[in-house]
Amino acid sequence: MSNFLDNIPRLPVADWTQSAMDWMTKNFSGLFDALQSNGEWLMDSITNLLTTIPPILFILIIAIIAFLASGKKLGLTIFSIIGLLFIYNQNLWDELMNTVTLVLFASLISIILGIPIGIIMSKSKWAEEVIKPILDFMQTMPGFVYLIPAVAFFGIGVVPGVFASIIFAIPPTIRFTNLGIRQVPKELVEASESFGSTPSQKLFKIELPLAKSTIMAGINQTVMLALSMVVIASMIGAPGLGRKVLSALQRAQVGNGFVAGLGLVIFAIIIDRLTQSFNKKKYE
Amino acid sequence: MQKIKIDHVSKVFGKHTNQALKLVQNGASKKEILKKTGVTVGVYNASFSVNEGEIFVIMGLSGSGKSTLVRLLNRLIEPTNGDIFIDGENISKMNKEQLRNVRREKMNMVFQNFGLFPHRTILQNTEYGLEVRGISKEERRQKAEQALKNAGLLDFKDQYPHQLSGGMQQRVGLARALANDPDILLMDEAFSALDPLIRKEMQDELLDLQETMQKTIIFITHDLNEALRIGDRIAIMKDGQIIQIGTGEEILTNPANEYVRHFVEDVDRSKVLTAENIMIRPITVNVEQDGPKVALSRMREEKVSLLVAIDRARNLKGYITADDALESAKRGDKDIKKIVQTNMITVNHDTLIQDVFHVIYDAPTPVAVMKNNRLVGILIRGVVIEALAKGNEEAILHE
Repeated sequence: MSNFLDNIPRLPVADWTQSAMDWMTKNFSGLFDALQSNGEWLMDSITNLLTTIPPILFILIIAIIAFLASGKKLGLTIFSIIGLLFIYNQNLWDELMNTVTLVLFASLISIILGIPIGIIMSKSKWAEEVIKPILDFMQTMPGFVYLIPAVAFFGIGVVPGVFASIIFAIPPTIRFTNLGIRQVPKELVEASESFGSTPSQKLFKIELPLAKSTIMAGINQTVMLALSMVVIASMIGAPGLGRKVLSALQRAQVGNGFVAGLGLVIFAIIIDRLTQSFNKKKYE
Repeated sequence: MQKIKIDHVSKVFGKHTNQALKLVQNGASKKEILKKTGVTVGVYNASFSVNEGEIFVIMGLSGSGKSTLVRLLNRLIEPTNGDIFIDGENISKMNKEQLRNVRREKMNMVFQNFGLFPHRTILQNTEYGLEVRGISKEERRQKAEQALKNAGLLDFKDQYPHQLSGGMQQRVGLARALANDPDILLMDEAFSALDPLIRKEMQDELLDLQETMQKTIIFITHDLNEALRIGDRIAIMKDGQIIQIGTGEEILTNPANEYVRHFVEDVDRSKVLTAENIMIRPITVNVEQDGPKVALSRMREEKVSLLVAIDRARNLKGYITADDALESAKRGDKDIKKIVQTNMITVNHDTLIQDVFHVIYDAPTPVAVMKNNRLVGILIRGVVIEALAKGNEEAILHE
């Protein structure tokens, strides 16, 4: 039996993947280069802009947003102020701004791409059957693996970091958009159709508003996943808090590693609570 | 005038539609077909037409295909075959845009669980139909507010649906459909989710509204009492087929088969049957030609002690009793005009039995049933009680 199995030649899956990558790198190099340089420039400018804001003003703005978004409760507001002051105090402010840019970009692009894909998926059974396994694949493949094509396409830096983060973080937005639209009660869809709505009227007036809270839950997941890629992306040169964690790891500096990690946790808690608080239904 | 016409319409859910349709033709039941072919027959070979201004009730138990049938009318569900005409236009052959226009302008729907959009205020809900038609903001606001005002809900226009009670939500559902001013209203179990008292109130409101607006209404229900209360005509469905169409009275007095008979047995007959249905033949005497002796002999012949007095044109004059007739005969009177008592109580032929009951309870004599001021029959206490008892007896047997 084992002989028989050994007689099957090894399938060159790795080679196929490699040559597909090579082909893409060669043929789309212009596109990738353009994305790389423009992306890098855009993100650098945003990081620069963020760092020119006086930290105290930045903290104040976040505090006000937190205060309003949490329904004028003090908990999140106080936590944001103390947490951000701590990060500033630990001399991690510039790193935080880099991380903000990375997470912001990865999340925004994920949302911009993810919601339309989710809508297509909800409208077509065929699309759902094709996209679902791809999403499963994207989510179960270890995040590190995405670094390899990212480097091949974009070299090192923040752009490949964003690329890898998007692949890792986009599935929840797609899935939850699909789910949210499919969960709209049938009677409401029928009501909308019975009044003679066009498909887009139905989508924008009824389905998307009713799916909003589900979609927002997906976006929250996407932001969190993008944040979890920060450390991994730093391995290919993405700047930010992740790089501090990585260098502490490489030098076995427990203290520095803990502080940088704590910075990430604080940032994660703030954006998690903020994105969740945008998700309150006004009609409930 | 004919408004809606449905011609041999069928709907089969699943793949082997032709095979299934053949099986139904051969009289196979829904269950057998599902087993053999894996398809569900929603509606089979339904044909009927509805006149303008009519309330047409489609009644059946759950799974009888009534909700599918109403959705075929506006093609929320696509018919498998058959034709559906509205104002002579074939809905089932229309393209998407033509269909949208029909939905926008001709018919709107009211749903069992109200179908209100939870993220829109009452006003925004009411505006919806006008909004998708692209009517300007001021105009649609004004129309929607008018519709809410008619429903007595204008004060609630800025609330969200969940803040209103079920009855109020369904009033909004109705107002939303009416804001569009459609010719046809499709009401899918519109009152079934409401409490019995509220339901009755809504039925009354619908009937009141209908009196002024004269829409063509297709009303789906599983409640026979509701069907009889509001329907001009009723179609009874079972297993996707229409088994009888007729007025409430026709269905009650002449059920098409055992199933319908079984269905109508527990109806509260007093709310459905009218005086005309249970009246008996009056034994009359003509005041213009008959004398007391003729009257007496007729009483003997028919074994009654009272005759209804009429003239040649069957106009009611009153009644005469045996005692008076006997005395009159002894006196040797030539006619009976003097002994006619004129205090006879009358009811109209379409009075419901439940209303007759109070009248007859206090009446010393039989009650005359009148149609266009002519005598058509009489009611005696025993007949009314018998009619009521018949319904109850059968209902008890089936409980």
